Amino acid sequence: MSTDVSRPAPVPAPTDAGSPAPELPDDVRARLYETMVLSRTFEEAILREYHADKGPGFDIGKGLVPGEMHLSAGQEPVAAGVCAHLTTDDAVTATHRPHHFAVAHGVDLKKMTAEIFGRETGLGRGRGGHMHLFDPETHFSCSGIIAEGYPPALGMAFAFKRRGTGGIAVAVTGEGAANQGAFHESLNLAALWKLPVVFVVEDNEWGISVPRTASTSVPSNAVRAAAYGIPGERVEHNDVDAVYAAAERAVGRARAGEGPSLIEVATLRMWGHFEGDAQGYRADLESVSALDPIPLYETRLREAGVLDDAAVARTKEQATEKVEAAVAFAKDSPVPDVADVMKHVFAEEDR
Amino acid sequence: MTTTAPTQPATRRLNTSKAMVEAIAQEMERDETVVYLGEDVGEYGGIFSSTTGLLERFGKDRVIDTPISETAFIGLGIGAATEGMRPIVELMFADFMGVCLDQIYNHMAKIHYFSGGNVKVPMVLTTAVGGGYSDGGQHSQCLWATFAHLPGMKVVVPSNPADAKGLMTSAIRDDSPVVYMFHKGIMGLPWMAKNRRAIDVVPEGEHLVPSGKANVVRPGTDVTVVTLSLSVHHALDVAERLDGEGVSAEILDLRSLVPLDREAILESVGKTGRLVVVDEDYLSFGLSGEVAATITDKDPSMLKAPVQRVTMPDIPIPYAHDLEYAVLPRQERIEAAVRRVLA
Ligand SMILES: Cc1ncc(C[n+]2csc(CCOP(=O)(O)OP(=O)(O)O)c2C)c(N)n1
Repeated sequence: MSTDVSRPAPVPAPTDAGSPAPELPDDVRARLYETMVLSRTFEEAILREYHADKGPGFDIGKGLVPGEMHLSAGQEPVAAGVCAHLTTDDAVTATHRPHHFAVAHGVDLKKMTAEIFGRETGLGRGRGGHMHLFDPETHFSCSGIIAEGYPPALGMAFAFKRRGTGGIAVAVTGEGAANQGAFHESLNLAALWKLPVVFVVEDNEWGISVPRTASTSVPSNAVRAAAYGIPGERVEHNDVDAVYAAAERAVGRARAGEGPSLIEVATLRMWGHFEGDAQGYRADLESVSALDPIPLYETRLREAGVLDDAAVARTKEQATEKVEAAVAFAKDSPVPDVADVMKHVFAEEDR
Repeated sequence: MTTTAPTQPATRRLNTSKAMVEAIAQEMERDETVVYLGEDVGEYGGIFSSTTGLLERFGKDRVIDTPISETAFIGLGIGAATEGMRPIVELMFADFMGVCLDQIYNHMAKIHYFSGGNVKVPMVLTTAVGGGYSDGGQHSQCLWATFAHLPGMKVVVPSNPADAKGLMTSAIRDDSPVVYMFHKGIMGLPWMAKNRRAIDVVPEGEHLVPSGKANVVRPGTDVTVVTLSLSVHHALDVAERLDGEGVSAEILDLRSLVPLDREAILESVGKTGRLVVVDEDYLSFGLSGEVAATITDKDPSMLKAPVQRVTMPDIPIPYAHDLEYAVLPRQERIEAAVRRVLA
């Protein structure tokens, strides 16, 4: 028996085959850019606060933001492109790497930041933390257990369909998580019942230290959709315009009652799996910063005349203001009262 | 502690993760049917350093990174074990058991019984447990009582480097499935608050600690503290502090839930007449109740005071530091319980 896995270069899926980026209206592109900048600005602030007080050396349990921290820098095009088609009446179930989707879906920055800081004013009153963000206002949730956000998305879609709200559910996993049973069971059931779901796979090529070629038997998760009789599409090059276009098709199908679709996006994990990950297993790190999708998109939009210096500066300033206000809000918020620690296990304990 | 034939006095100090890896390496050397499978166990060396250096030493055919498909690769371990291999399979966090529990408790744990003893499953399921660093309610649980509640698998939980080695060696050689649960807080990892006993003397060469043998880590006469894993260290801290007040606490490290060394519990409480159980797993339906019942089933009159239980309460583990520390069974709560049982 040999479990030796060859590690060939990633093979692009046939479904996209380098189709030219669609021409989107200028205002749409400016908004996609803004969303990505806001997400990145937010995570840069979290990164700063996270590392600010980890003690001499690095103690993961110390500081204003303790615990594991999975940041999504580099993956903003996926969230921005998909969420551009959603309203807060639609649901998103995200992963352990949830911030870009939370930002793009419009989760309140202050409450989210406060949750990450473990404050009483946070989305979960400090009980959940960065992997367990739940926001009923935007129907946003996430899970630290791999692929386990897929099944609840079916139920959200089921409820929307029953109630005729017109809402859809977007379920997100990484390419590593697409090897879980929950992923495959969910695709089958959603297809069978024609649920209004869009399945999104973020292929950043890494499941912690394991490359996709060592974890996944097919070159693209888009082809797995065929096994369940639903459309599967792969978007190459971390291209936000192409994600937007693919999501438009998938969201359109879901809203029209035609059932689920799957979109896989070839994206980029710019930073470690979690903060503190030295990434010794990764040989491509030097090339990563040149692939940062935000400056690349910025350049494209400048060349297309969509953005100029002033617009770029304004976008960044506004993002910084919002983020710093959220961080200040979190820092100024009270920590939860220890006397309440037993509350909220059951509904009648809510107050 | 059972130590078979140590060749020379052991003076070498290792952290718990290195001691665990040493046992695995020695057994892989000795028995080519031993393989280690799991997520990020190869090049990464295990997220909690459970396999550091094994890939370099034994190669990709024996130290194998799996897809994130716990049902598939734990089931694979079971099948390989029934065919005569001795796989060690890692479930990265015990909290993730939910996605693969059927393979664990309906297959790994039951095949031997169902086959009337004709099919053996000599497999070790390793998994990280425990909180204390704000990783939230899906990454901080102990859950050992859940495994222990489901019959057919042994459940061992080391608290120190020497036991980590000895229990691992025994687990690999055991013909029954063994769940080996290591607390992140005892591994001696550079990126986590270290307790000072996470680095200690580890015997060189072959070292076995059988499952089902508790260890009196500190003899005493006034009160018995029955505990395991990281809580052993917290209990030792409290015992050392109370020593100055003339309180003599005996600390029993269970080391194993299945089999449970009831004799050792009875013997100690028989001597002290007072019992505090410290458990980082949930309160209800768990280890602390089982330990208390061990006494009351035999002879409730052994107890001079009601049993005190210091555990995680029945709530999901909270994220915020203050909340988490309020519910973890740490020194303050243990000390208060010892004082209550002595009052
Ligand atoms: C059921 C389960 N198994 C394992 C893990 C540990 N784990 C957390 S993230 C991760 C890798 C996920 O890779 P991928 O799905 O590609 O997402 P990415 O981290 O790249 O965004 C693993 C193995 C988990 N959280 N849940």
